Amino acid sequence: MYNPFSLENKTILVTGASSGIGRAIAIECSKMGASVIITGRNEERLKETHSRMKGDQPNYIVADLSLPNDVQNLVQKITSLNGLVNCAGLTKVLPFPFAERKDFEEVMEVNFFAPTELSRLLVKSKKLQKGASIVFISSVSGVYCSAVAGSIYSSSKGVINGLAKAMALDLAPKGIRVNCVNPGMIDTHIFSEGKITQEQLKEDMKRYPLKRYGKPEEVAYAVIYLLSDAAEWITGSNLLIDGGYTLL
Amino acid sequence: MELQEFITNFANQFEETDPSVFTKDTIFKDLDEWSSLMALSIIAMVDEEYGVALKGDDIRSANTIEDLYNIIKSKK
Repeated sequence: MYNPFSLENKTILVTGASSGIGRAIAIECSKMGASVIITGRNEERLKETHSRMKGDQPNYIVADLSLPNDVQNLVQKITSLNGLVNCAGLTKVLPFPFAERKDFEEVMEVNFFAPTELSRLLVKSKKLQKGASIVFISSVSGVYCSAVAGSIYSSSKGVINGLAKAMALDLAPKGIRVNCVNPGMIDTHIFSEGKITQEQLKEDMKRYPLKRYGKPEEVAYAVIYLLSDAAEWITGSNLLIDGGYTLL
Repeated sequence: MELQEFITNFANQFEETDPSVFTKDTIFKDLDEWSSLMALSIIAMVDEEYGVALKGDDIRSANTIEDLYNIIKSKK
């Protein structure tokens, strides 16, 4: 069957695959024919993602990407990749006067330093093949807009925007493409700590021209596109997935 | 932790509202300056000053400043 978006014969590493967007990306990529290596911190939840993937999939690898040893170990276990999806991320909602250096460091570690170092080591060890595609899950926040008490998260996503563009340039000679997807609010448990109430989220949803939050799968479909050969001439780009949020 | 001190810390988050407005019986969500950002600032102040992690629903269920004070006390 003709399908330029197929991921058959591609091996793809997805970080943050134990929940939310990362889990959906892992599952959808497996449905598109990819061999998907998933990693995350929580073994139980990784197992759950693994059981929901299609086809005969490689075993999951438990790793905390903020620990240098875990990153080294992960890179060692991988032999060859055609795609890397940097999805592990977290948020911290604090009004700017309360956002201390330690709060920025906590989020930057996971959202910026970890994916940067993992990508670098995979490139340097030549595990990413010619024609490989690296996708970062950035956000509308920090690139197109921000949100109340969002200085930490916005910073951590804005920095990815700059990184991806410079990486795209440096890795072009290796035939490796680097792109970002920029989702608006997606239905995940990112606000489960409860500073934001369900009522506030419902109210926020109304601000989206398409009147709802996105589904994790809808981010996965964009990632699949950027991983596939259909996007072979796309590098250094941002793909906005926001239900029209940033139009207003 | 004392109620009077809590009221002062609470009032300190505001810019426009006169500090004299704030008493234990103030219905804080009726204040013109109340907003979602203010709610998050109160949550952050309580975390910083009292080491208590409030949830948005705690703010929602409190009407007066004293209500909120009692919620924090019960979580300490």
